[in-house]
Amino acid sequence: MQLNDLLNHTSEWLKGTGPHSDIVMSSRVRLARNLEGRLFPHWASKAQAEETMNILKQVIERNDYLKKTTFFRLADLDSVDKQFLVERHLMSREHASKPDSKAIVMEDGEIISIMINEEDHLRMQVMKSGFDFLESWEIMNQIDDSLSKELTYAFSSELGYLTACPTNTGTGMRGSVMLHLPALVIARTIEKVLAAISKLSFTTRGLYGEGTQAIGNFFQISNQVSLGHNEDEIISNINGLIRQVIEHEEQARAILIKQQKAFLEDRVWRGYGILKNAVIISSQETTELLSMVRLGADLDILKDIDRRTINELFILIQPAHLQKLEGKKLNSQERDEKRARIIRSKLVK
Amino acid sequence: MLCDICTTNQATVHLTEIIDEQMTELHLCEECAKNKSMDMEQQFGLADLLAGLTDIGKAQVEGKEAVKLKCLVCGLTYDDFRKIGRLGCSECYTSFRKYLIPLLKRIHGSNKHYGKTPLVLTKPVRMKSDAAELKENLEKAIQAEEFEEAARIRDALKALEKKASENK
Ligand SMILES: [Zn+2]
Ligand SMILES: [Zn+2]
Repeated sequence: MQLNDLLNHTSEWLKGTGPHSDIVMSSRVRLARNLEGRLFPHWASKAQAEETMNILKQVIERNDYLKKTTFFRLADLDSVDKQFLVERHLMSREHASKPDSKAIVMEDGEIISIMINEEDHLRMQVMKSGFDFLESWEIMNQIDDSLSKELTYAFSSELGYLTACPTNTGTGMRGSVMLHLPALVIARTIEKVLAAISKLSFTTRGLYGEGTQAIGNFFQISNQVSLGHNEDEIISNINGLIRQVIEHEEQARAILIKQQKAFLEDRVWRGYGILKNAVIISSQETTELLSMVRLGADLDILKDIDRRTINELFILIQPAHLQKLEGKKLNSQERDEKRARIIRSKLVK
Repeated sequence: MLCDICTTNQATVHLTEIIDEQMTELHLCEECAKNKSMDMEQQFGLADLLAGLTDIGKAQVEGKEAVKLKCLVCGLTYDDFRKIGRLGCSECYTSFRKYLIPLLKRIHGSNKHYGKTPLVLTKPVRMKSDAAELKENLEKAIQAEEFEEAARIRDALKALEKKASENK
């Protein structure tokens, strides 16, 4: 697989399929694992980190569950390529920022991706469109089991999987969901919901992970506790919580339609109008307006617009994607123009 | 030396606190130290709890000997860990056990793994010893009247027994 092939492929988290895909963009399960007897990546010498990477590469390449994957050393990727993978949620910003002795392994369908030598030796991720944790966990669990037959993980029966940061010790598991919650934001009840979530030991972040703002009404919710509960409990806790958040969003949408229909329609149609006509547009403004258009499509205000087209736009308008589409580096002003052209070509038939 | 707060018990915990750029030494008994650290937790919340790992300005319940503590396998000191927020190797969990166990408890509300085990380790023998260990923990929890914990262990025990019978 070549990275450019991905341009013609809809990112798994933007497919708009799967249960509750009007509100839940994607469900992700991540496991952190380390090899016994090897220093954690940040503390290892370059030689040892390289060696770890090569051991993992060999084991991954002959694994039955990981047949359709491609291995990329980060040192071989240019900065646009790395940013491109971050935008597709296939690896973290931190991983991209220090490429030495690091690698990314990803499956053609973009469902499975593995970061090598990020904070831990292995950070494995399974991502599914919509609200589908059980399926994601099942795939993840199989991969983990089959790798554990060939690798000796750093593990203690008392503390579980031993990770570089104590926040991941135990199961090494993080489940996260990307939610689109425009109605809760408009109804101004989102703060209450987020406050309740953080009391339950879950964290909320924006579209692009740690430290990013919640633009476009996207919220990523993940579990904070990885020790003291088993994997099934962690999954069912997140499931229960997300089900409640979905219900709140659905209620807020119903109330908005009932009580503030004109206001809502106005915001949707204005957003649509600007997107179809703008000549220069920033990614932040685009994301905010696309959020309204997406809500409009969900609520049947915009009837003949395909949700998948809108979803795809969320990613195509990101800086690295624009540059990949154009085939060359673009400065910020050129990107704002290119962005507006792409949006027009997708929305104006 | 007597505790600075209650002035009755013997001070066993020594901590440094920086208030208005002035370093103050506090000598506390175990009980007052516990209360003090609980105070701080509520003040800072969980995110800051970890950020606090890297912040030497905050009070250090661990005391001075912790700073010099070193993992003999990877060479990382406990002070390094506090600065960078990452351990150096899996053996660090043994080397810094005394400080990591309470930290894990603060982060996760638990210091016991109930999740899966790597496949190579999952042999019937292992399960038996796991079950025995769980039973022991269960009794301890009941004696300490930690009923929520006891209920959890009972569930884990049931799951384990079920798994063991399926593997037969
Ligand atoms: Zn005292
Ligand atoms: Zn160590």
